[in-house]
Amino acid sequence: MNPTPLSAWIEGIGFLAPGLNDWPAARAVLRGEATYVAAPSLLPAPSILPAAERRRASRVVKLTLAIGLEAAAHAEADISQLATVFTASGADGHNCHALCAQLATDDRLISPTRFHNSVHNAAAGYWGIATKSMAPCQVLCAYDASFGAGLLDALGQVVIEAQPTLLIAYDSEYPEPLHSKRDTPDCAGVALLLTPQKTTRSQAQIVLRSTGEMAQKMADPDLESLRTAIPSLRVLPLLQMLAKGESGTVCLDYLAPLQLSIDLQLC
Amino acid sequence: MTPLLLSSYTATTCLGSGLEATLTGLRDKRSGLKPCVFETVTLETWIGEVAAVDAQKLPENLARFDCRNNRLVQLGLEADGFAERVREAIARYGKSRVGIFLGTSTAGILQTELAYRRCDPLTGALPDDFIYRTTHNSFSLAEFTREYFGLEGPALAVSTACSSSAKVFAAAARQLACGTIDAAIVGGVDTLCLTTLYGFASLQLTSPEPCRPYDVARNGISVGEGAAFALLERLPAQAPSGAVLLLGAGESSDAYHMSSPHPEGLGAQLAMAAALRSAGLPATAIDYINLHGTATSANDAAEGKAVVALFGDQVPCSSTKGATGHTLGAAGAVEAVICALALTNDLLPGSPNTATRDPAIPLDYQLISRSGKVRYALSNSFGFGGSNCSLVLGVAQ
Repeated sequence: MNPTPLSAWIEGIGFLAPGLNDWPAARAVLRGEATYVAAPSLLPAPSILPAAERRRASRVVKLTLAIGLEAAAHAEADISQLATVFTASGADGHNCHALCAQLATDDRLISPTRFHNSVHNAAAGYWGIATKSMAPCQVLCAYDASFGAGLLDALGQVVIEAQPTLLIAYDSEYPEPLHSKRDTPDCAGVALLLTPQKTTRSQAQIVLRSTGEMAQKMADPDLESLRTAIPSLRVLPLLQMLAKGESGTVCLDYLAPLQLSIDLQLC
Repeated sequence: MTPLLLSSYTATTCLGSGLEATLTGLRDKRSGLKPCVFETVTLETWIGEVAAVDAQKLPENLARFDCRNNRLVQLGLEADGFAERVREAIARYGKSRVGIFLGTSTAGILQTELAYRRCDPLTGALPDDFIYRTTHNSFSLAEFTREYFGLEGPALAVSTACSSSAKVFAAAARQLACGTIDAAIVGGVDTLCLTTLYGFASLQLTSPEPCRPYDVARNGISVGEGAAFALLERLPAQAPSGAVLLLGAGESSDAYHMSSPHPEGLGAQLAMAAALRSAGLPATAIDYINLHGTATSANDAAEGKAVVALFGDQVPCSSTKGATGHTLGAAGAVEAVICALALTNDLLPGSPNTATRDPAIPLDYQLISRSGKVRYALSNSFGFGGSNCSLVLGVAQ
């Protein structure tokens, strides 16, 4: 059969990474207008949550609310109606460590809150509670290939279900001793609000096809190390083109030998 | 959605490995549950354990994937000749045109739980033989499956707790519709571990007895494990009579609570309505509903309200978790396969252990398995975080 082009319009972008607190900050660095300065990721307190929940919110919940809400605000989208695709290389590493450490002792009566926060879709669950969105919510994992997997499913929803879809790709760190086995350095993520039709808010169109080419690298060594150390930041070459206002084709890492070639046309 | 063919399917649970054992168990109203004797767990509860999982030997070149969860993946893939059907599909379409979409809640977390007991007493380091990527990570079962078949196409894991392996059908259907792939291995695998057993116990959701879905005296779940798979392909011009079809899928969110369902089952209603819409069928067309039916007080009450609101009290329905236990991230795929068996064997499965229907839930709830024509079946799967998915399956006439 003739494949349906996997395409969408980007209406909003959210971003957070070590030393890059939001999309405007990242955009300035990607355009070469500001110098990258390494710093721990700064996770804002999620004002959308009630005070009690806000204090208890884990790092992945703060991260996903920050980038998801930034992308939605950018696009002036109604968050209570948005379908979402969350994709992450792992769940809440600190919570996972606490559970495994306690289950290795004689006192195995773990906290029920820790248990329900252990699910891979915990951040997605809190997103639903915070935004009151009852729309479909996908939660994926593909280890280092998680960004590509999320983009494929999000584009599938945009194309087949013809609905705006918010892709939230994110990762977080494990504490020791798991950190030595999986060394993701810090929290980071990107959110893209993808729509099936062009609107006045559209910034660019993306069309995706599979390829066997090598992924594009970042010229700046600091940004390249972010791209390779944090799976969701495999998106950086695409974001650099968006930031610079350049149309063209870019190849992103997915799941070897399968890579993603993306045609980006600025509006 | 465009209907898809389940060209092969299989399930392995505590009822046994493969379709014949599953069908016989369902017909005979057998429960595979037994008192919990697993690892060092000391909980007064019942479990649905798959026999001989740890007798599985992974191929030498895939030894890094070795853990209970991937052993069950292999056991499940090799039942009913499923792996052979997959290899034939790969020969037809090519190794980059068959995608992998697998659901799990905890993957091989048991491996990490065990490794934490062997941390170096001086440095606290995990043992050298522990490999996070290929055992613990949620993607490990999909990566194992990809390497097991030598595939080079797209692969992902869906991890939305207990709806995971229902949602894989929807995700695979989208990629088949877009033409990025020509066939999809969909399914779910979850295995017993301390996190889920002690976790559900901490929420006071494990029953000290075999679980009794929709019983007036239900008092919690029996944690199970399972592996179920289906090979999804586009429908040929003339679908063979008796072939099982995926007709619709519906997804929604509760947006209510992390571990309790919406009390009126609003999210569940949205998912079922979306699945019917996706299938282009009215509620009256459905002949059997395989309920999520975990046997917790809250789940069955909320799901019951949602089903009554959409279907009234006339559609035969049951939860089969009294037979299989709650296989968590594998439940969606296990129960889709049970629906396939219902469709192809004119079987309305009953509900082992359930003795007295809850009078507060007016459903045509099947206590005993019986014969009955099933042309269209709906299967419900709901998970923590308020994640809901319903599937509609049918049989080609």
